[in-house]
Amino acid sequence: MHLDHANDGPAAVSADAVRPDGKRRALRIGLGGPVGSGKTATVAALCGELRDQLSIAVVTNDIYTREDAEFLLRHAVLPPERIQAVETGACPHTAIRDDISANLEAVEDLEESVGPLDLILVESGGDNLTATFSKGLVDAQIFVIDVAGGDDIPRKGGPGVTTADLLVINKTDLAPHVGSDLRRMARDAKEQRGELPVLFTSLKGEDGVGPVADWVRAQFAAWTA
Amino acid sequence: MSVEATARIVATRDGLPVLVSDGPLAVRRTRATGPYTRVTVVGAMSAPLGGDRLAIEADAGEGARLLVDSAAATVALPGRSPEQAHYDVRLTVGENAELRWLPEQLVSAYGSDLRMRTRVELAATARLVLREEQILGRYGEQSGTLASRLTVHLAGRPLLDQELGYGPGAPGGWDGPAVLAGHRAVGQLLVVDPQFEDKPAEPQLLGETATLMPLAGPAFLVTAVAPDARQLRCVLDDVLQARLPG
Amino acid sequence: MSRAALLVLADGRFPAGGHAHSGGAEPAVKAGRIRDARDLAEFCRGRLHTTGLTAAALAAAAALGLDPLELDDAADARTPSPALRATARKLGRQMMRAARSTWPGAELDALAAARPRGAHQPIVLGLAARSAGLGPEDAAHIAAYETVSGPATAAVRLLSLDPFEATAVLARLAPDLDQIAERAARAAHDGIDALPAASAPLLEITAQAHAAWPVRLFAS
Repeated sequence: MHLDHANDGPAAVSADAVRPDGKRRALRIGLGGPVGSGKTATVAALCGELRDQLSIAVVTNDIYTREDAEFLLRHAVLPPERIQAVETGACPHTAIRDDISANLEAVEDLEESVGPLDLILVESGGDNLTATFSKGLVDAQIFVIDVAGGDDIPRKGGPGVTTADLLVINKTDLAPHVGSDLRRMARDAKEQRGELPVLFTSLKGEDGVGPVADWVRAQFAAWTA
Repeated sequence: MSVEATARIVATRDGLPVLVSDGPLAVRRTRATGPYTRVTVVGAMSAPLGGDRLAIEADAGEGARLLVDSAAATVALPGRSPEQAHYDVRLTVGENAELRWLPEQLVSAYGSDLRMRTRVELAATARLVLREEQILGRYGEQSGTLASRLTVHLAGRPLLDQELGYGPGAPGGWDGPAVLAGHRAVGQLLVVDPQFEDKPAEPQLLGETATLMPLAGPAFLVTAVAPDARQLRCVLDDVLQARLPG
Repeated sequence: MSRAALLVLADGRFPAGGHAHSGGAEPAVKAGRIRDARDLAEFCRGRLHTTGLTAAALAAAAALGLDPLELDDAADARTPSPALRATARKLGRQMMRAARSTWPGAELDALAAARPRGAHQPIVLGLAARSAGLGPEDAAHIAAYETVSGPATAAVRLLSLDPFEATAVLARLAPDLDQIAERAARAAHDGIDALPAASAPLLEITAQAHAAWPVRLFAS
């Protein structure tokens, strides 16, 4: 009857830059990459770095329900109402690329419930090298790999490594321990990506997530320009 | 010989102006419990049989508090006629009235074919407690064919509408993993009360095979399946005692 | 009527969120009630003849042009489980987004405005079919098919079931699907109160439990 539904404006049909009320929506940045490369840690670090300047929310896409959302909650990078978990039915790449409807609902709900927002980070569930975000869902995407996953990943390419707006090669502090050649990774990445940027990070190191945060700031400046 | 019979009960704030038995359906005023006027349906013979058309109408008028129960389980039996038997229950509850409809189980005996139809019309401020229990086959027996539909309107709008179909005459899959998975007792307990308008009941899991669910209106429904009638009754009784003492 | 529109709307890749839902298969697998293709077939047959018929009739009625808001109330009354109501509305909202992009129309816009958090999915599906120029029986066919294709796909993922076997299960249900769609479309002509309300107790009971699981692969 009537106890289940609240009333507010009709949902947007597509990923328009303007919300139904005429206001510009938040910039949406997707973070993808293989399992264990440090996506969630990067999201947490970005939130910590940027939350004083920007109004931020996060959408997670887990394989198993709420693990990543709970990691973010545990590390208290954002209040719980700014984190939404999308369930992906064992196919996280489908939810960010082929059928983005649940993710679009999540970003719209966040804008409605805690908005106005400047930035929404959409984190994909750990998947393979072919997973990319639909342009209907995000405005830019970051692909996160790490040196411990093998220094031949940039050479192998794949849509994530090749086409992401930013490639982050994480855990550089581990390179000497796992025998990864950072120069080779940089060379291979350049070969695959041409002019598209590549950043080497060690979240535990001095700069930490700083360079990635700078890139996000630049994206936001371009979005609001 | 099939039977056509309609028993009627009308309760008001002051008493029972209408109490009409008919054929196999005998209705008796019995000793009241608490504030309720109590009526007990006494099965004069085993019914319904194939081809029978039985009906009970109960009306709790404005401000009335009526409790209807039954003396024994109702057993649907094959009968001489191969036709379907029909059992209609029509309940109306007026403003600020309350009806507790708590009959014993309906048992679908092997070879029987019964269509049961329950319609409830509730006024906006009416309260209702309604129990339905369906037992598929007598002890150690296969199920008969049973199709039942429960439709409840509150102030003219649909509140609950549910059809259940079991037995050899039901569509495929009724005993499979989506519907009954071998359970032989199915029950529902519906509680409607305007107080849930402001404060809906919380959903509650009642073990592996029973659950309490707030409806989209001021009501909750317990749906349960169980291996047998006794275990089913335990689940429903626990809810009744916890939620509606007295 | 365009038969190709039917294929677009019925396609499992139609981006309306269905891929994240198991249609009750996940809890049935966990409870050991679905272990192989035979169990899956029985599960699908039972779901089709209960909630499948009910959903198909709602979809047919919406496609026929019955009042979608009254149908939405009727769907609420036919869905006692709050978890399943929430799922139906969530999927309805996702279907609405996809439908308005593919077959825009005033009727879809009106329902989206009246139910911004989503109407029950079969009603949105029926209205989408109507907007695509399809008829009540087409809408019923799609709704009925979705009630079995979802669990079949989920079972492939959950049990590593042979996908050929799972597809064969669906193919063998074709006569049942046709019969359900035909019945649903016929019922739609008799008005909202006469629409079927067939239900499956275990689907409701297990949906409530599943919604409370801390860890699960599927949203429902």
